[in-house]
Amino acid sequence: MIQRMTGVLDFQTQALTLRAERQRLIAGNIANADTPGYVARDFDFAAALRDAVRARGPGGNDLGAPVAGRAGATALRYALPAQTSMDGNSVDMDRERASFVDNSVKYEATLRFINGSVRTMLDAMKSHNQG
Amino acid sequence: MSMFRIFDVAGSAVSAQTQRLNVVASNLANADTVAGPDGQAYKARQVVFQTLMMGQGAQAAASAGVRVSTITEADTPGRRVHDPQHPAADDDGYVTFSNVNAVEEMVDMISASRSYQNSVEVMNTARTLLLKTLQMGQA
Repeated sequence: MIQRMTGVLDFQTQALTLRAERQRLIAGNIANADTPGYVARDFDFAAALRDAVRARGPGGNDLGAPVAGRAGATALRYALPAQTSMDGNSVDMDRERASFVDNSVKYEATLRFINGSVRTMLDAMKSHNQG
Repeated sequence: MSMFRIFDVAGSAVSAQTQRLNVVASNLANADTVAGPDGQAYKARQVVFQTLMMGQGAQAAASAGVRVSTITEADTPGRRVHDPQHPAADDDGYVTFSNVNAVEEMVDMISASRSYQNSVEVMNTARTLLLKTLQMGQA
C-alpha cells in the first residue's frame, strides 16, 4: 500500500536528480564559455529518465541511493556549434542560457509535484476531525 | 549532492574572469608606458583559460570548472613614436611604447564582464533552487 503511495514520489525523485545533474552540466558549459577548445555537453533528459526508471525496476521500493545520476547512467553528448569559432569553443551562450532557464523552471515544477504529492499523502493520513 | 557542485563550477568561472579583468586593467594602465618591469617596452598580457574537472569519479565528467592556465605576452612590436627629447628615446630619436591595443582591451573587458555576470546569475539560480529544495514538503 505504502509502495503505491511512494511510487509517484520515487519517479519524481529520479526526475529531480537528473534535473540537478543537467543544471550542473549547463553551469559547466557557461563557466567555460571562453575556454579555447571546450566542447559544450548536454544529455537527452527523456532518455536518461527512461533509463533511470527502467534501472530502478517496476515497483522497486528498496531504500537507498536513487539510480539517476549514477555512473554511466547518463551518456553525455557533445553539442554541435551553431557558429564555429577560431578557438574551437562550441559553447553557444544563447542556447546555454535558454537551456539553463528551461531546466530551472522544470526543476521547480518537479519540486512542486513532489510537494503536491507529499501534501496529498499527509492529508490522507490525517484523521477527519483534525481539520 | 550534485547541486552544490554548481557553486564550485560558477565560482571557478568568476575567479577566472576576475583574473582576466585584472590583466585587462593592467594592460590599460600600461597603455602608454615606455618601460615594463624588465626595462623593455611593456607587452600586453592575455590570460589563457583551461577546463578544470572538479568532481571525483563518475561525477568528474559533468563538473567542468575553469581556471587560468597561463598568461601569455603579445609579441607584436610596440608603438614607435619619433620624439628625440624623450629620455627613453633611442639613437634614432624613436621612443618604443607598449604594444597594448586599447580597443582590443575594452572589448576583452566587456566580454569578461558579461561572462562574470552570467556566472553570478548561475549561482543565484542554483541558490534559489536549493532553498526551494530545502523547503520540500513544508509548503
